[in-house]
Amino acid sequence: MVSTNVKILIVAVGLLAFAYIVPQSGSFVVLLATRAMAFAILAMSVDLLLGFTGMSSMGQAAYFGVGAYLTAVLATKFHFGMGWDFWLVVVMGILIGCALAALFGLFAIRAGGVYFLMITLALGQCVWGLAYRWNSLTGGDNGINMSGRPNFGLDLGNEVTFFYLVFAFFAVSMILLYVLVRSPFGRSLAGIRERELRMQILGYNTWLHKYIAFVIAGGFGGLAGVLWAHTNGHVSPETVVLTTSVDSLLMVVLGGAGTLVGAAIGTAIVFGLREFLSTLVPWWQYALGGVYVLTILYLPMGLMGIPSRFRQRTQSKDEGAKKLASKPS
Amino acid sequence: MLKKMFLGSALAAGLGLALPAQAEELRIGFIAPTTGLYAQIGKDMVDGFQLYLDEHGGKLGGADVKLIVEDDQGKPDTGVTKAKKLILQDKVNLFIGGLLASTGYALAPVSTAEKTIYLSSVSSADDLTQRQLEKYPYFLRTSWTSSLPHHALGQWACDQGYKKIITVAADYAFGYETVGGFQKVFEDCGGKIVQKIWPPLGTKDFGPFIPTMKADADAIFTTMVGPMALQFPKQLRGAGIKKPIVASGVSYDEFVLPFMGDEVIGDVSALHYGAGIDTPENAKFVKAYRAKYGKMPGYYSENNYSTAMWIDEAMKKTGGNWPGPEAFIKTMQSIKINAPRGPVSMDDMRNPIESVYIKKVAKTKMFGYDKEELWNTVIKVYPNVSQFWTYGKEKFLAQPVYDRDFPPCKFCE
Repeated sequence: MVSTNVKILIVAVGLLAFAYIVPQSGSFVVLLATRAMAFAILAMSVDLLLGFTGMSSMGQAAYFGVGAYLTAVLATKFHFGMGWDFWLVVVMGILIGCALAALFGLFAIRAGGVYFLMITLALGQCVWGLAYRWNSLTGGDNGINMSGRPNFGLDLGNEVTFFYLVFAFFAVSMILLYVLVRSPFGRSLAGIRERELRMQILGYNTWLHKYIAFVIAGGFGGLAGVLWAHTNGHVSPETVVLTTSVDSLLMVVLGGAGTLVGAAIGTAIVFGLREFLSTLVPWWQYALGGVYVLTILYLPMGLMGIPSRFRQRTQSKDEGAKKLASKPS
Repeated sequence: MLKKMFLGSALAAGLGLALPAQAEELRIGFIAPTTGLYAQIGKDMVDGFQLYLDEHGGKLGGADVKLIVEDDQGKPDTGVTKAKKLILQDKVNLFIGGLLASTGYALAPVSTAEKTIYLSSVSSADDLTQRQLEKYPYFLRTSWTSSLPHHALGQWACDQGYKKIITVAADYAFGYETVGGFQKVFEDCGGKIVQKIWPPLGTKDFGPFIPTMKADADAIFTTMVGPMALQFPKQLRGAGIKKPIVASGVSYDEFVLPFMGDEVIGDVSALHYGAGIDTPENAKFVKAYRAKYGKMPGYYSENNYSTAMWIDEAMKKTGGNWPGPEAFIKTMQSIKINAPRGPVSMDDMRNPIESVYIKKVAKTKMFGYDKEELWNTVIKVYPNVSQFWTYGKEKFLAQPVYDRDFPPCKFCE
């Protein structure tokens, strides 16, 4: 078994290598990496719910969407958030994500399993409906165009600078979420995931635990939305649409739920196939579909399950060899 | 270290800008949804452009064309990424395409930020060449604004003596702009829009909407997109409503027309193109397109075909050399082409001035094909229609962009 410290070291080295290599690989790669990292924050927030608490949310795009729309509306209607106040927008984005999750959580947490899935789906669609129909605020189907990125000494209009900023947010989010899931609170979330009734008998307020996790995930969703808005310079209902939620869920499942890193890897692979491979070949959809199918068939734990599966195999081989050796000849 | 990197990237950006000016080939990026819900339309767009290229040996104005098609999957965000890929990695001179209005809106700022021309060959969002144009100095359009043909249709409907009309249009920005244009002219001429119905985009069952239609209306205006277009006339006639239909051309575009039943015969629609335009230029185009792709061309294909033609003429003027974005726009504005859709030129807001065709669906034979088919036959032409109709630029731009509630429905109860 690889020790936790070694695992952390591997992730840290991987992140640093990523931050070093990407800016040298051409502007399109930088752009893609920036998009993927902003989205990966959303995927990790889904992982907090799916992988650590056992709640599969189909409405995570809602928080992503309000973060993005907040940024765009403030920037275009009030010219707010294009200088130092960008940081205020970040805070507001997180808060509005939390607030919306706090509201939705009241309805959603009451249910479990597939009912939770359906309620979050419905609530997410409500936000999409607002984005689509509240023309005066959201520009309806046309969306909102923003003019340029914030500039506060650091000019975020430069793709590489912006890449580093998003990278920083991504890394900090990952660390925060990691600390969270390793904390006693995170442990009790895992307990709820495994057997909620037992946790209740042990005296835990499981509703409150789930509610807090839900709100925190909403906050990270909001943060991802703020970054996403600035990545594209454009926000439209397509940002809040159901497929965004489904995508984030699939990315987590693909990478491996309950690992955080898996969510990031899943995002990287989906973005890589969908936005990079699609510039090279027309059959990229088959590749994406193939990856999903193969993962579900052979890697139910996702890509992060590969090492343990590998270990299992060598172990069982060892055992087999031992059995053979102990057989009387 | 960081500073060096910025310097490096700035240098690279500078080089990237300088490179295409010297390149001998014309590099054109083409953004269209080639997968997803709109894949077929995306393919029609590319086919139209490709047909012109093939007819001219892969050259436009003497320059070898490198056409790079990118799939935006029908999503504005993805469109932005692909546009940046085309600009940063492929170093294209200009990029074309974008189907949905929302994609057009999303792509326009990219052209401003990267100082690269975005030539919108389908996407028709009104405001891009109206109140928002100044934000996008590298944006121009060879297609249409959503309201352009419907201004003319409003006049035509009024001239037919229709007094009261119901509008039924898909509930999104494109629907609002088509209805807005129609309503504005129709009411200024003395008609009344007595009811506006907005079924959601993608509605297939109009059962809840049809019975609410007012009985005393003279006609029905519709804007139906995609599968909606197939269902609406069928269900309306099935419900026994025989009122004449005057529709946006997209409701009867050749994209859906061959799949429609005989109940649509006699329906009227308006657009800046129709495969049934009986001119030698169009006959040649329709035959070539049908021979190559086995179907009737709709406006998605024609608009991209004539976009290629327009670029061809512009490049001829500059002797096959890329003149740089500013000069290219000036050249494009100075040209009048004779496209399959008729004579087209560009106004000072970089939107086409073109003919609008009032078309009636008829089962007939055209262009020497020996089978009776549904064709959009032209019954009236409004030549040289500008996006401002007859209002004049200043007066038109003083009013807000057409919306769900503008013009207000004064005669709805």
